[in-house]
Amino acid sequence: MTTVATPTRPAAAGSHHPGAWSRFRWGVADGLTVTKRNLIAYTRTPALLVFAVIQPVMFVLLFRYVFGGAIKVNVPGGYVSYLTPGIIGQSAAFASFGTAVGLAREIQKGVVDRYRSMPMARSAVLVGRLTADTLRMILTVLVLLGVSAAVGFRFHNGFWPAVGMVGLAVAFGVTVCAVSAYIGFAIRDEESVASFGLIWLFPLTFVSAAFVPVSSMPGWLQAFANNQPVTIVIDEMRSLALGGPLALHAWESAVWLVGILAVFLPLAVRAYRRV
Amino acid sequence: MTTSASGGPAIVVEGLTKSFGSVQALRGIDFSVERGTILGVLGPNGAGKTTAVRILTTLVRPDGGTALVEGRDVLREPDAVREIIGLAGQSAAIQEELTGRENLEILGRLYHLPKQRSKERAQELLERFELLDAANRPARTYSGGMARRLDLAASLVAEPAVLFLDEPTTGLDPRSRNGMWGIIRDLVSGGTTLLLTTQYLEEADELADEIIVVDHGRVIAAGTSDTLKDKVGGDVVEFGVLDRSRLGAAADAVAELSEVAPMLDPEEAVVAVRVGNQGSKAVVQAVRNLDAAGIETTGLALRRPSLDDVFLALTGHQAAEEEASPKRRRRRRRGAEPEPTRQQGRGR
Repeated sequence: MTTVATPTRPAAAGSHHPGAWSRFRWGVADGLTVTKRNLIAYTRTPALLVFAVIQPVMFVLLFRYVFGGAIKVNVPGGYVSYLTPGIIGQSAAFASFGTAVGLAREIQKGVVDRYRSMPMARSAVLVGRLTADTLRMILTVLVLLGVSAAVGFRFHNGFWPAVGMVGLAVAFGVTVCAVSAYIGFAIRDEESVASFGLIWLFPLTFVSAAFVPVSSMPGWLQAFANNQPVTIVIDEMRSLALGGPLALHAWESAVWLVGILAVFLPLAVRAYRRV
Repeated sequence: MTTSASGGPAIVVEGLTKSFGSVQALRGIDFSVERGTILGVLGPNGAGKTTAVRILTTLVRPDGGTALVEGRDVLREPDAVREIIGLAGQSAAIQEELTGRENLEILGRLYHLPKQRSKERAQELLERFELLDAANRPARTYSGGMARRLDLAASLVAEPAVLFLDEPTTGLDPRSRNGMWGIIRDLVSGGTTLLLTTQYLEEADELADEIIVVDHGRVIAAGTSDTLKDKVGGDVVEFGVLDRSRLGAAADAVAELSEVAPMLDPEEAVVAVRVGNQGSKAVVQAVRNLDAAGIETTGLALRRPSLDDVFLALTGHQAAEEEASPKRRRRRRRGAEPEPTRQQGRGR
């Protein structure tokens, strides 16, 4: 009987029976590799950078100088102070656009199929996407802070609360990204996701305290606006930035964010498995 | 029969079933692939080819049956299977923003090759697939043929023992397709076992050691290209008719050569008649009859039946019925039977 020299893979030979620790290490390594891949891709997609930086900056300028004069608010520093936490929160939420579109695209192109047929961590696609998108979101937030400062925004509540505001914005953005990841995995079609997969973000961010005081809306709308998570998170960001009651909205924000993550992360993981 | 210096099958599939909702994609298929050979899985769109590949590559769990790849159970040991397989699906699964080199290096890292080894492997594959010139360009600038080559290279990063190619040349122009065939032949000469799905009868004929014909989730025939052709029953005399208006008369003139009515292709003015094992005798008779009827022909030849003929004989419908196959031509048999697709430009 003849034997055939079957090609073998030298490096992966040991990963047959991985222990928990080695599996965790590979999980982190694979997640980082996919993150790096996504970041390289971002730097080569100018349209995405425009979306991540220039569009939010335009929003700041438009709201500050076009709508701002007509919107009466009662916070220290005037409308620009009111606007900045709102627009940072909104931009963090809209960063999730890239998450949903990117994941749907990877599924459609068969990249996810290839990954799933490889002996790599199952979590890497999701972890790599969320990590890369979080980094991109932080860039957006920092640019927004710079531009807002240039047009008159100042923190009124000291250094650590300011850091807290940025942290909350990012946590909020990551949460929305988790929802978007689920939508991307579930719809799996780049065009559909791009055209209607995230349409819900518009009412959610605009019918909130992000740009105008809720008290200026009709009563029936106020009921929604006052009790939805975007308002709660942005009110908390505003309190952190400008001073004000912190405790109540802090709890509510935490509960909303943790609750949404607890629902949508498992959903996203499940949808990924079923791709 | 397959002649290979192998020690047993690399893939064994038994009684595989899979439904998606009310659609039965696989209704119990069995086959095996000898190590170091190519199995061609031939069938129309929706026959269940891709589902079978997805089960064997651990992407989908079957409802029933077993599938072993190099003795490893796809259901019970999916991770062990993933270590020895490569997959290239229907679309080029590459990251378009990344360069060809980056695509391969990152896959190497995800296969847990050391960094240096990932780089070397990428270099080897870029050389082998003639992508060195384009190695540092984003993959989005690649032509269709280059993208497919990169995708195939990507499936080989970890030197898999068993490779699955799902319609590797669909959508490629003939030149790229020929190039791809050459690459695929080389792979197997290096000892890799290959399962290849295709809608192109020509492709299965060219590449596969063994062919299974799949239709509606079942294997309806298996064997080598030759044994399948024998099933159809013999050779075909085929000729073109110079004066289109005399196509019918031409068919009448050769009708006596066969019990089966001649097939007509009015568009191309071609007549084909199945002549069993009468071979050259039938050719002589055909020439005489056509001459007597005063019909001028444009080339008359005896050919072996094509896999198109096989598919028609087995299933009663064309392989590419639903497909806009680039080579598709319509032919009508005199009578009510469905028509086969004419195969042309065969390599062999």
